[in-house]
Amino acid sequence: MGNGTRIGKVRGLGSAHQGTHHWLLQRFTAAGNLVLVLWLVFSLLLMPGYSYLAMASWLASPFAATAMVLLIISTFWHARLGMQVMLEDYVHGANRFVAILLLNLIFVAAAVFGIVAVIRIALGAV
Amino acid sequence: MADARGGNRYARPRPLSPHLSIWKWGPAMLSSILHRVTGNAMATLGLLILLWMLGAIAAGPQAYAVFAAVMGNPVGIIVLIGISWSFFNHMCSGIRHLVMDVGAGFEVERNNRAAIISIVCGVVLTVAFWLVILLK
Repeated sequence: MGNGTRIGKVRGLGSAHQGTHHWLLQRFTAAGNLVLVLWLVFSLLLMPGYSYLAMASWLASPFAATAMVLLIISTFWHARLGMQVMLEDYVHGANRFVAILLLNLIFVAAAVFGIVAVIRIALGAV
Repeated sequence: MADARGGNRYARPRPLSPHLSIWKWGPAMLSSILHRVTGNAMATLGLLILLWMLGAIAAGPQAYAVFAAVMGNPVGIIVLIGISWSFFNHMCSGIRHLVMDVGAGFEVERNNRAAIISIVCGVVLTVAFWLVILLK
């Protein structure tokens, strides 16, 4: 582009056509969270107790294991998107790039850990 | 030549947005900041506790006993109450956001009322949740 001001350069470039992608994913995962976390809330409310056996046999059922894996994917995705918006507001320059990079790495690793734990419970490590 | 604001030294100064200190507090502002605080609390502490619970169950009875002992003591319960309130508050203000996403509820009266209702509902649902758990 030319030698204009920064705002002028941006106007010359136009839209990247990615503006709504993040926003839409935040809404899709919000709908997923609403269903899945309410499932978790009611499951916890309906459980007779919270002993190891009660928790392990609950998560060992295929339905609960599936719901929990979906919950991990939906909540971690939603949380990652939300924390990115927060970081974009409060962290600037090169620090912002590093912060969002770390955010992505940590959330992918943490979500995979959670899914592996659920699979281990569901496949009968108990 | 770039100046401190990142613009061109010879360009007209860009208008700056006034910051937090200048605004008078209102329900919409309170709902907004609570949505952000509760969301980030769940994204960090809430998901960490969820992973700890799942990892402990996967690891076996001894690991789960440590998790249950930490979460069962008064400090752990207070943290869990905070996380559950974060969820119910975030859920209620999130539903309010989905309504506003379709362009509804921007009239000052209705917007403020919905903000207050979402905050009150978050607290009521948290109390109801813990009454069921603790009276079991």
